[in-house]
Amino acid sequence: MPAAIDTARSRASAPRPEPPSASSPRSWARIRRAGLPYLLLLPAVLFELLVHVVPMLVGIFMSFKHLTEFFIRNWSAAPGAGFDNYRFALDFNSAVGRNLLHSFEITCGFTVLTVGVSWLLGTGAALLMQDPFRGRGLLRTYFLVPYALPAYTAAITWEFMFQRDSGLVNQLLVHDLHLFKTAPFWLLGGNSFWALVVTAVWRTWPFAFLVVTAGLQNIPGDLYEAAAIDGAGTWRRIRSITLPQLRPVNQVLVLVLFLWNFNDFNTPFTLFGNVPPPQANLISVQIYDTSFQNWNFGSGSAMSVLLLLFLLLVTAVYLLVTNRRRKAVD
Amino acid sequence: MAPPPAFVWTRRIGLTLLGIFTFLPLYVMVSSSLKPLQDVQAAFAWLPTRLTFRPYVDIWSTVPLGHYFVNSLVVASCSTAISVVLAILAAYAVSRYRFRGRQLFSVTVLSTQMFPGILFLLPLFLIYVNIGAATGIQLSGSQLGLVITYLTFTLPFSIWMLVGYFDSIPRELDEAAKVDGNGPIGALVRVIVPAAVPGIVTVAVYSFMTAWGEVLFASVMTDDSTRTLAVGLRNYASQNDVYWNQIMAASLVVSVPVVVAFLLLQRYLVAGLTAGSVK
Repeated sequence: MPAAIDTARSRASAPRPEPPSASSPRSWARIRRAGLPYLLLLPAVLFELLVHVVPMLVGIFMSFKHLTEFFIRNWSAAPGAGFDNYRFALDFNSAVGRNLLHSFEITCGFTVLTVGVSWLLGTGAALLMQDPFRGRGLLRTYFLVPYALPAYTAAITWEFMFQRDSGLVNQLLVHDLHLFKTAPFWLLGGNSFWALVVTAVWRTWPFAFLVVTAGLQNIPGDLYEAAAIDGAGTWRRIRSITLPQLRPVNQVLVLVLFLWNFNDFNTPFTLFGNVPPPQANLISVQIYDTSFQNWNFGSGSAMSVLLLLFLLLVTAVYLLVTNRRRKAVD
Repeated sequence: MAPPPAFVWTRRIGLTLLGIFTFLPLYVMVSSSLKPLQDVQAAFAWLPTRLTFRPYVDIWSTVPLGHYFVNSLVVASCSTAISVVLAILAAYAVSRYRFRGRQLFSVTVLSTQMFPGILFLLPLFLIYVNIGAATGIQLSGSQLGLVITYLTFTLPFSIWMLVGYFDSIPRELDEAAKVDGNGPIGALVRVIVPAAVPGIVTVAVYSFMTAWGEVLFASVMTDDSTRTLAVGLRNYASQNDVYWNQIMAASLVVSVPVVVAFLLLQRYLVAGLTAGSVK
């Protein structure tokens, strides 16, 4: 997706031919012209270096050090570790490795569920609202409210709703609908995973809705007119025109949803505090705890580098597969 | 052509269910914020029996909410202002000039906004601590330090989205400005920026919203004097009684400004988010 968009953009801003110049004031002007874009970029590049490039290099450097609490204020004294931190993190017979693997699995499950459900709800709602009806504009705005809400206030509200004795969820499920005999705990044990998924879906699906709605508006109307002439019904049009036309939008959307949820820290941290139940221990929180609860920065850095490598791999494979499929379809 | 009844019914049922799902937390937030403490500690009641505005008064004294509010405002505004200014300059260069390294810059900007925050948090924290130990300048726990870390996500997003906006502004406008005797900077300031105001406002609002809701960096990089709302609200949980009515009132108070801004600018935000690849 990045490459595709970027080439499209480069084409849009094709280079203009430079006027030929011979005399010296002219060539001075040319140097100034050539230098101008760099001058404009300079502040942004400096900050990019400061907040992205340097920290990333430092992070990789840290992952090869035994950087425990004794060396935090004086990292140059930290002993080198070689690949120890990586071996440690990936040794699934040790407690650390087992916890990391476990939270990786939890995160995968959480991400697949959240992205899948959010995508379904968002696409479903967008399709149902494609044809105008009374109150459509208002309903669209209303559906966006969860997305506009700061992440932590949404999660705090769900935390209150999931309280065992005073929350709405148990009132509804136990006392009003009688689905459970005794009120379950939602923020402890196995249920906490579902609490996390529900909270994340509530916040995520409006974004899918928003993107798909915008995508629908770009589908040329004459496709539908042609289908109407051929006598295709509503369902048929959705299946044969809308969904195939949405494929490029979905390609980007699913990737972004995946990256967001896989890296999500705000939701679990707000819902459970810094020690989440093991069943809802997402990988960002696991790395956070390794670093700031156990003060093992070397190990935490190695884990974040591994996380980055995993995300890069998934993104690359995803783009490769979806682009190939798109070409095959075209 | 009227849609078939099956479709109309699917639409009614589907949208009603989604509407209820969306509604429940919003309702809990509003209704609980108007209940006295005993009522939120008892089993949840759908309809409040006693209404009170006390929580909205008490939130300002139970925890230093006003203080958190100011901190959030300062940090979110500063990081937004810095990233918007830098992004205008950078986006102008990327959108209007071809130069060596343009591709590299674009790809770096795009990819860094997808990296996990934790990847930048650990090294930045360590860099701050070591700068503090070496020079005595305390970045960890300071507002300046937090503003810098917030640029990790506001800056790439702003650049990326503004490039999209600038690309959509016709080049004829630049040419016209040049004919009027403006240099490249003159064209940027007098023509491009005014034409891109909706885009710039959108980018600013979106950056502000993201900074306002950020938890990860704030939980590590702030101390008692620089706490932001995102972390400060958690302090309620450490009180002897959990004042859910006050927490809901506070959540509402901190949400309303950003939700209103988002909904007012909805049209622009939607265009920007979907056109500029999305963040």
